[in-house]
Amino acid sequence: MENNAFYVALSLLLNFDAALFQIVALSLQVSLLAVLIAAVLGFPLGAAVALWRFPGRGGMIVVLNALMGLPPVVAGLMVYLLLSRAGPLGEWGLLFTPGAMVLAQVVLVLPILAALSRQKVEELLGEYREQFVSLGMSRSRMMPTLLWDARFALLTILLAGFGRASAEVGAVMMVGGNIEGVTRVMTTSIVLETGKGNLPLALGLGIVLLTLVMLINAGVYLVGELTRRRVG
Amino acid sequence: MKKTLNLLLAGITSMGLAFGAYADDYITLASTTSTENSGLFASILPKFEDATGIEVRVVAVGTGQAFEIARRGDADSLLVHDTVGEKRFVENGYASERADVMYNDFVVIGPASDPANISEAQTAAEAFAAIANAEAPFASRGDDSGTNRAELRLWKNAGVDPEGDWYRELGSGMGPTLNTAAAMDAYVMSDRATWVAFGNRQNLALLFEGDKVLFNQYGSLLLSEEKHPHLKHEMASKWHNWLLSEEGQQAIADFRVDGQQLFFPNAK
Repeated sequence: MENNAFYVALSLLLNFDAALFQIVALSLQVSLLAVLIAAVLGFPLGAAVALWRFPGRGGMIVVLNALMGLPPVVAGLMVYLLLSRAGPLGEWGLLFTPGAMVLAQVVLVLPILAALSRQKVEELLGEYREQFVSLGMSRSRMMPTLLWDARFALLTILLAGFGRASAEVGAVMMVGGNIEGVTRVMTTSIVLETGKGNLPLALGLGIVLLTLVMLINAGVYLVGELTRRRVG
Repeated sequence: MKKTLNLLLAGITSMGLAFGAYADDYITLASTTSTENSGLFASILPKFEDATGIEVRVVAVGTGQAFEIARRGDADSLLVHDTVGEKRFVENGYASERADVMYNDFVVIGPASDPANISEAQTAAEAFAAIANAEAPFASRGDDSGTNRAELRLWKNAGVDPEGDWYRELGSGMGPTLNTAAAMDAYVMSDRATWVAFGNRQNLALLFEGDKVLFNQYGSLLLSEEKHPHLKHEMASKWHNWLLSEEGQQAIADFRVDGQQLFFPNAK
């Protein structure tokens, strides 16, 4: 029985293991905060690129799209060099803290949110352009309207960003250091337990992580459906 | 819309506060995976914390990366196992003092059928030569860790230049290397602590041990105040001295896995 991952996952959850709870809570805190920050920066950025015409716009779109595939370990390495004492932001003393993990995940998630929202807003702009022009709206007035109208699509984009953040291990391992009780999250625990040869426990943790992501997605889906129905 | 934004901001601020609320009485220790994965730190750190009130946060990486973290000033203290590299670290001015803390030993693991017949070998050099002669698969860490450096010295001792299809450099930590060796029935050198605590042995068995050259010394380093004045030197030297004290040495000796002592204190 102890070698069955589902059994391990279930007993982890049912026993409400304090260490596991802390790890899950930190994973959620780090990834949700990273996605929030990335959204506050990324959605207006995406909308702005969709709305304004400026030199280098095409290049910027290509770069944003390409950065969606940025390998987490590269993002981690960049943030590591930035936050290391020998690096430009070393004074902040952020390395090996949850703050560093948030920063690394923002770097990973921001391009996804910006690139996908840019595409969605541009689509909507095509539909609404004539109305906007007849109303004599400025571009900066169009931005909130378009973002608000794209809110259901943005929610899905947000989930894609959260998926990327909660699933990656390369960046948080490098800048967090997988310190027990401080920077250990779900994915780094899975790497650690795999390394110790505790494969059923590692897979059990993986099942817990998947369940969690599933619940969040279900919650967002329900909220989306309910509001959609109310709005009509 | 505005309400949502306010909520967002409030959420971000409160989370930020939660992150900032960690205690200041801690040091960051760069150390090796063997000390962390075997459970040694989980056993001795609470005793140090009780005695001094200082929390020790362990970043467990290969010895090569641990040196690099300390060189850049990202850790307050260093506990690794590569005596040659440690002495060079002191000579280069990155550390002001190095001391022996404890030892354990390396063991050679392989498929229980032992195709290269190394369990008959008298010395580690014989065992390594036998593996090379049989061209039996050997999984090397290949990650510039303390274990990897020791393994390369042992091939040299055996007069073998490890090359060919049978010699596989994995570039991973001790645990992942053992997992891979188990999957491909390869020989592998491991520190005893990681092997004893390892849970996925499959066909692997301990085949060779006991030669003096397999001795694995761990050292603690006090990092240089001149190179990195921002580090928590006072707390770090308390940790360093505690490891060498009777109390710290006893804590290391008391650590057992399945009744077996894995690290032997030998501070002078």
